[in-house]
Amino acid sequence: MALSTDFGPATALSCRECGTRYEIGPNFACIECFGPLEVAYEFGDVTRADIESGPTNIWRYRSLLPVPVDVSTKPNMQPGWTKLVKADNLAGELGMRALYVKDDSGNPTHSFKDRVVAIAVEAARNFGFHTLSCSSTGNLAGAVGAAAARAGLDSCVFVPANLEEAKIVVASVYGGRLVGIDGTYDEVNRFCSELIGDSLGEKWGFVNVNLRPYYAEGSKTLAYEIAEQLGWRIPDQIVIPVASGSQLTKIDKGFKELIRLGLVEPKEYRIFAAQAEGCSPVSTAYKAGHDVVQPVKPDTIAKSLAIGNPADGPYVLDIARRTGGAVEDVTDPEIVAAIRLLARTEGVFAETAGGVVLGVTRKLLENGKLDPDAETVILNTGEGLKTLDAVSAEARPAAVIRPSLDAFRTAFAN
Amino acid sequence: MSVSVRIPTILRTYTGGAAEVAGEGGTLREVLSKLDADYPGIGARILDESGKIRRFVNVYVGEEDVRFSDGLDTSTPDGAQISVIPAVAGG
Repeated sequence: MALSTDFGPATALSCRECGTRYEIGPNFACIECFGPLEVAYEFGDVTRADIESGPTNIWRYRSLLPVPVDVSTKPNMQPGWTKLVKADNLAGELGMRALYVKDDSGNPTHSFKDRVVAIAVEAARNFGFHTLSCSSTGNLAGAVGAAAARAGLDSCVFVPANLEEAKIVVASVYGGRLVGIDGTYDEVNRFCSELIGDSLGEKWGFVNVNLRPYYAEGSKTLAYEIAEQLGWRIPDQIVIPVASGSQLTKIDKGFKELIRLGLVEPKEYRIFAAQAEGCSPVSTAYKAGHDVVQPVKPDTIAKSLAIGNPADGPYVLDIARRTGGAVEDVTDPEIVAAIRLLARTEGVFAETAGGVVLGVTRKLLENGKLDPDAETVILNTGEGLKTLDAVSAEARPAAVIRPSLDAFRTAFAN
Repeated sequence: MSVSVRIPTILRTYTGGAAEVAGEGGTLREVLSKLDADYPGIGARILDESGKIRRFVNVYVGEEDVRFSDGLDTSTPDGAQISVIPAVAGG
């Protein structure tokens, strides 16, 4: 490129399927085989002390990410370093020994998407893009809108028009253009893929399309944070929600990098993938023993996971099988029950995707696939306030009374 | 049947930069075969060594992903629009 770019330790793009290497650029698919391109690095010496002296956000891991060394001085959302909640009450209910909830609802726009978008913004700056865009199931659109506002970029984001009200509001309030598309997420995705080859999309950075290799790396920070927060240790088991499968794939990559760089002791870990029954193409393929994923048309309350044609589905299958994990799915009522269980036991109000993860965790314990004695981390990737409809029918006042002690006594007499 | 085929950016080196080209055939298989005859080498970018659609490419006839219909045997009526699109991350 003619531009002078700074991607820190990143040196190239490399095809995950066939290994063909490309110069760093706004490209996402291999010319040889259509495989997804990934960032390749030459890491220098990275020590725990360097990381620990960094800021309390994802930029403490900047030497492991495709970002410039001075990234923390630039206008961005500074996401990450969310709480790892030791969930003893929940563990007690489930009969588990050691359970943690990585609660990513604590990010600036209340989902893990702030992590991935922050990396994409730096790539957009590097490539000289003026508009930040995405296809989204909701959370990503909000994260892009906010990050573009902070960075001083324009934004134009595309979502299925039938999203939850809160996600529509969050996606539009930051001032960029929000476009609802009359269709499913997969149709929105297809639309964006065609827009990108058109002059209408000139100089646009689509965070999950032409910036995807950079964007996706943001999910590695979940792996780094979990290990560091456990005292530089990888958990025995982790349960991760699957929409496109990118997050799960990159958490695995993050754990492998920590081991390779000697930042944690080498160990075997098991990765479990969670889907909603109403959109379970990866779970279905896993159970059938397939290594490709047959797309489906989603119908679930877990709209943030409603991707019927998951791009990284084949890698989720590979990783679950390689690590001795599994892929499982739960029904909408099980999702709702799990949201309430997590809220009641740990004071964490998860969005539906978090309910999917806990619901699947329960099911994996019941069918013996998850070891209750092994140290386990489960992910909550979003905020319950954005999916109120899922629980609003059941989460109501115990009584509505006049402001008098007598009325209270009468209402709760028994 | 004459159809039109939308070409993704990464394959436009084969079509001299054209984003859309004319095609011919009663099924997707025939259309892709003719496409490869017109633009030699493009077929092997869409299909793998065993002749199946590569796992990171989506092909649509009209609005429908062909994995929902008959794959390469999906019929391509006169005037159909065929789109070849790389898989995209979420969401």
